Amino acid sequence: MFVTYLRRELRHRRKQTVVVAIGLAVAIALVMVVSSVSAGVRDAQASVLESVYGVGTDVTVTQAQEPGGGGGPGRFEFDAEDGETGGEADGEGTRTLDQDRLDVARGSASFDAEALSTVEGVDHVTGAAATLTLENTSFSGEMPDFDAMREQQGAGGAQDDMQGGADGTQQPPTGGADGAGGSAFEVDSLTVTGVDPAADAVGPLTTVEVADGRSLEAADAGTSDDGSDAAKVAVLDATYAEQEELAVGDTVTVGGTDLEVVGTVTSTTGEGVATASDVYVPLTLAQTLADLAGQVTDLYVSVDSADNVDAVADGIAAALPDASVSTQSDLAGDVTGSLSTASSLVSTLGTWLSGVVLVAAFGLAILFTVSGVNRRTRELGTLKAIGWAKRRVVGQVAGESVVQGLIGGVAGIVLGGVAVLAINLAGITLSGSSGAGGFTFGGPGGGGQGGAGVQPADGAMPGGGGGGGGPFGQAADAASSAVDVVLHAPVSVWVVLAAVGLAVLGGLLAGVVGGGRAARLRPAEALRSLA
Amino acid sequence: MYQLEKLTKTYTGKRTVHALKDVSLEIGDGELVAIQGPTGGGKSTLLQMLGGLDRPTSGSVRLAGEDLAALDDRGLTRARAQRLGFVFQHFNLIPTLTAAENVETALVPAKVPAAERSRRALEALASVGLAERADHLPGELSGGQQQRVAIARALVKEPTVLLADEPTGNLDEATRDEIVDLLEGLWKEQGLTVILVTHDSVVARRAQRRLRIAAGKVTEVA
Repeated sequence: MFVTYLRRELRHRRKQTVVVAIGLAVAIALVMVVSSVSAGVRDAQASVLESVYGVGTDVTVTQAQEPGGGGGPGRFEFDAEDGETGGEADGEGTRTLDQDRLDVARGSASFDAEALSTVEGVDHVTGAAATLTLENTSFSGEMPDFDAMREQQGAGGAQDDMQGGADGTQQPPTGGADGAGGSAFEVDSLTVTGVDPAADAVGPLTTVEVADGRSLEAADAGTSDDGSDAAKVAVLDATYAEQEELAVGDTVTVGGTDLEVVGTVTSTTGEGVATASDVYVPLTLAQTLADLAGQVTDLYVSVDSADNVDAVADGIAAALPDASVSTQSDLAGDVTGSLSTASSLVSTLGTWLSGVVLVAAFGLAILFTVSGVNRRTRELGTLKAIGWAKRRVVGQVAGESVVQGLIGGVAGIVLGGVAVLAINLAGITLSGSSGAGGFTFGGPGGGGQGGAGVQPADGAMPGGGGGGGGPFGQAADAASSAVDVVLHAPVSVWVVLAAVGLAVLGGLLAGVVGGGRAARLRPAEALRSLA
Repeated sequence: MYQLEKLTKTYTGKRTVHALKDVSLEIGDGELVAIQGPTGGGKSTLLQMLGGLDRPTSGSVRLAGEDLAALDDRGLTRARAQRLGFVFQHFNLIPTLTAAENVETALVPAKVPAAERSRRALEALASVGLAERADHLPGELSGGQQQRVAIARALVKEPTVLLADEPTGNLDEATRDEIVDLLEGLWKEQGLTVILVTHDSVVARRAQRRLRIAAGKVTEVA
């Protein structure tokens, strides 16, 4: 009788059933989508972090650059002997200049590699690896040969009306027709990471695979402590290699030294995902090239259990008071770009929206159930009069609401599933970068005579505030640390169960409120009210 | 069957209404009693007290020696489920259930198995001449047929008392006579105690005993 009565009632009140089911379905679908996208964004963040920090890294140790301290590519300085002079024929001499700088990335600082041993001694640490992350900035181009120009001006005083003031003082070059201050040059930068080829359990190399050639090998590191016998070899990120048209067997210049490209690698964290660095070299070689013997910039630490991550982080922080210690959850907050926007959108707007719609759907279900009970006062009163117990009447009303909720839940799961499928099929690409990925914009650029007009090769925004005085700003290539991840929103069994649970909860709430109203009906009053 | 002693029912609200005033009354087993009276005189209230649908303000209502006024909600529900049958003026059938299913609802509290419930419901419908309409919804039946279904629902659980509140109030004269004939036949056949409230003197005259209630006071009609 319970089932028959329930089925007939729901069919009889089809419109109400459909409205309540749709309301709940939309709410459930929204919760599903938000939950799935949220999981997808978390996975994407994990991918970004893995691409930068490697698989299995639970804690990273870095050291922030001290305010006003060094670090980062310094300014280029050329003296009178640098470069080659040319272009005499047109009376305006130029000088061709090429210079490389290899420094620790701006914002971070190197520290003693002994810290690795300290970290390995902390309880619950199962593995650790050290890297030296550097930035190689190269200057290549032509500058006006001011000496030659001065000589020329000294010889021809009659030209003062053109280049000098009335008092005969020298005027600076005023820029050519190309607006480049009479100069033409390029500034390129690439990230270089020195890694220990033998430490492959944790660190950036755990998320790369060889695309061509070979990876770095233990023998490449040499045997001497100072790295003097380290092989002058490099492994390139495949994306970078393609961009620069480099292949195995070619050479890449790092810190003014030509290194043989022995392999290219791609990221294992996703298709089209760039690896953490443009160039990988043996750690000892990186230290030699950057003149940073015995120095590292990053430690990658794995911990035996997720429960011990915070304790290990605290232990390292105590052992290395000057270090900056970050756990994976800290690092997730450092992920920037559209991924960060998506994450914040999901966690704020998505959560609020689904909460509001859920409350509205529950309210709708309750309203309709109470309204249904009111309409059925005589019917329910009659059932009580003929001997139906209070709990049976309440059970009947609550049962109808729960089934309505279940219908809404099933519809919501289908709707949510379709929405999530659509999101996945849309192939939404999110871009994320880790805060430690080395955005090294800015620097000592800024003023400079004639407006140097540096245009970074990748179109990235040129330097920030920076100091004054340099002839040109610096632009770093951030592309290497930006990771594009295609959003994949997973639908887990738990999400489906939670959706069903929410639907049943909504139905139960409506049933409890509506059933409570039915329970309070006294049969005589119920019959009298409509007699 | 019933002993009513100083039964009083007062409704309090914006205006206090004394629906029953010190009513003392006895109704014997197997009696067919008609209660008449003006609107607002207390007829339906008296019937609700007899049926355990409401509680008196004071006094007692003894059904086969058991004071309904002293029973808790569960006891009253049990009494209604097992010993009392109700027939209402507006039939009060569940519109979404068929005639047979409506009759079955009266057997649900007794936890009668589904198959037996179905069999007894069909027998009850047959006893009121509606066996062939068992699968019809109330909306597909005439007023008289609906009231027959309601009577079948009241009798299917084999109660000792049948309480009818204006059972012919919504019916035309021909159907009224059919229903009264049916009730009279069942009363004679099953030995029920039947108490019916009616405005209709024709119906009341068919009763074995007639009571009149006005301003909360009950008097016998000769």
